Amino acid sequence: MTDITNILIVGVGGQGTILASRVLAGAVQMTGQDVKVSEIHGMAQRGGSVVTQVRYGKEVASPIIPEGEADIILAFEKLEALRWLPYLKKDGSILINDQRIDPMPVVVGTAQYPSDILDIIKKERKEVFIINGLGKAIEAGNAKTVNVALLGLLARCLKIDKKTWLDVIRETVPFKLLEVNLKAFEEGWNSFDR
Amino acid sequence: MKKLLTGNEAIARGAWEAGVVVCTAYPGTPSTEITENAAKYDEMYAEWSPNEKVALEVGLGAAIAGGRALVSMKHVGVNVAADPLFTLSYTGVNGGLVLVSADDPGMHSSQNEQDNRHFGRAAKIPVLEPANSQESKDFTKLAFDISEMFDTPVMLRTTTRVAHSQSLVELTDREEKGIKEYQKNPSKYVMIPANARHRHVVVEDRLIKLKDYAESTDLNRVEWNDTKIGVITSGVTYQYVKEVLPEVSILKLGMTFPLPQKMIMDFADKVDQLYIVEELEPFIEEYVRSWGLDVHGKDTFPLIGELLPETIAAKMVQTLGDCSPRETAEPDQLQYEVPPRPPVLCPGCPHRGLFYVLNKLKVTVAGDIGCYTLGCLAPLKAIDTTICMGASIGTAIGMEKARGKDFARSLVAVIGDSTFIHSGITALVDVVYNKATTTTIILDNRITAMTGHQHNPTTGFTVKGEPTKEIDLVLLAKAVGVERVRVVDPFELEGLEKIVGEELAAEEPSVIITQRNCALIDKSRNNPYSVFPGACTGCLRCLKLGCPCIAKEGKKVRINLAQCVGCGLCATVCPSEAIRKEGSAND
Repeated sequence: MTDITNILIVGVGGQGTILASRVLAGAVQMTGQDVKVSEIHGMAQRGGSVVTQVRYGKEVASPIIPEGEADIILAFEKLEALRWLPYLKKDGSILINDQRIDPMPVVVGTAQYPSDILDIIKKERKEVFIINGLGKAIEAGNAKTVNVALLGLLARCLKIDKKTWLDVIRETVPFKLLEVNLKAFEEGWNSFDR
Repeated sequence: MKKLLTGNEAIARGAWEAGVVVCTAYPGTPSTEITENAAKYDEMYAEWSPNEKVALEVGLGAAIAGGRALVSMKHVGVNVAADPLFTLSYTGVNGGLVLVSADDPGMHSSQNEQDNRHFGRAAKIPVLEPANSQESKDFTKLAFDISEMFDTPVMLRTTTRVAHSQSLVELTDREEKGIKEYQKNPSKYVMIPANARHRHVVVEDRLIKLKDYAESTDLNRVEWNDTKIGVITSGVTYQYVKEVLPEVSILKLGMTFPLPQKMIMDFADKVDQLYIVEELEPFIEEYVRSWGLDVHGKDTFPLIGELLPETIAAKMVQTLGDCSPRETAEPDQLQYEVPPRPPVLCPGCPHRGLFYVLNKLKVTVAGDIGCYTLGCLAPLKAIDTTICMGASIGTAIGMEKARGKDFARSLVAVIGDSTFIHSGITALVDVVYNKATTTTIILDNRITAMTGHQHNPTTGFTVKGEPTKEIDLVLLAKAVGVERVRVVDPFELEGLEKIVGEELAAEEPSVIITQRNCALIDKSRNNPYSVFPGACTGCLRCLKLGCPCIAKEGKKVRINLAQCVGCGLCATVCPSEAIRKEGSAND
């Protein structure tokens, strides 16, 4: 399975994870590789935990990623990063949007939002990148472009031309919002430092 | 040209390429996007039918008249459509008819996880199971050919993983099939007993022919490898087997009813050990066992829930020891608690106010299927039962008949606008006819919201966005004989509570229509509200609304301004006027 790249995009319903996965899959397709995407939605659209799985390589059979085999997790929210961490390879990378969205059991006081999520994750995995996605999106001019800012960060970790990414964003995003999304992508792209 | 498509998009494309002229459906996850995409093609008529039974009846009318028709629904929708389906099997078709049943192993968004291959067998119609998007398109086209070749409806059975996964699909052009000639043929299409008796013979003959077809079609194929282990599988499970067990020989079934008995026996003969890997029911396994073959199936793999690649690998290793699966990762044993994140009613959802009131009044609530089913979760906890589409009103009648009229004074049925039209209306007729005193609350948010905002007969638009006549729910309720019909804005909590109280007290049938646009399509965004910390006494009454924007902070609460849509319900319930609109004078 070494010739397949497995990427998990996780977040909270309504955050735009699905658009991000579509752009990623589109970019992969332009490189001529086989790609499969699996998304589960329905109830999850109402603020539930959502996950999209993107797999690509020479030939991909299963559309879903087994536990412990994701090369990269892109997390739109901290708690979701922790929830899906077991899916990440021991030497995989996790990119985390430093944002907290309380789930209902926390809101009503029947559960605790862990206060040390980033510490737990840093202890478990070496490659942890944290980004203030909301800040980057606001800098770009629209708070709703968090997803594309995060995609910019992810793009830096993959071996796909920047031009390919920009082309796919141009095809995917409505023209009215293109400018601000391209800016958000740049913000994410430039936030990567190793 | 290759395009990345979901299974559902590919089915719509397949219908278009196959020259289909009519597409019908009732929305239901994971099938909804088939019709949404079919509606984009000008060459095909498309409709959201009031329910799945009507969808199939419209589809069969089109097919009998000579056009190709695609009818799609989720697995539980086939229960609703079962009545015409079983007889359609007898009449057969003229133009091809394909019924898509989108099953949901794992219940990602459903009330049960039934395996609709059983419906194919029970109705005696062929069942095809695609394993990815390319097959979803190809099998759709082939299903129409089989339908016309054997004069039968064909079931295309998908699962959530196939319906909602994207993979690459080669696109081709539409092949216009035109409309076949229609000839009046009562002995074929009028199923009075005398005719139906003859048609049953035709159905049994057809099954024999279909069995022969199953032996020779490319839909079923063997992929030879090491013959120590042979696996029979279908649908997306084939992809999992291929990935985690690269060494085994596979018999991939694209057609799972009727089964190719000879092909399976030959395959079994050539392998040392036979495994059947199938999601949910032991459908293939029971046949294979009945032929006297020794197989591993549900003794090894789970009967419940979605089958995962890692489960397949692990279970094979457990039973066999050495079946050389691909190496899988060691599961992480992390010691921390992650709170669940269940779905919730959206910020500004018009149903929130009603459930808050119903919870406050401590009434028994017979619920139904839709976003509002989420009113069962904490903190609203306002729903007692949820069975299936349209069940709420009938359930309430039964509760009243069993426990008496006094019980009905603290009992309501809640049902959405689309669900009411789907199958609530007939039970409302029963309320009146059989002298129940039930209070029915129609949660009219002006759209079918749960499945992603599809139009229905109460919205005034078709699936193609064309304006149409809009059903008047008040007149409709009155027409079936309900004399007490009230319309109320669910954000006006005081008025709402008063009206619910009055209608509960009335010893006669009543209907309350709570009317307010779904929060996700209401574009009239107001300024958000915020908490004035000096005035907040920490009573936490606002938390009882279950609004995802309000969270506890220390002893008081805060509102997430980015999420708040300014519905103001929290300000209404705050006893100390601590929640105020942003930018208002008293800020």
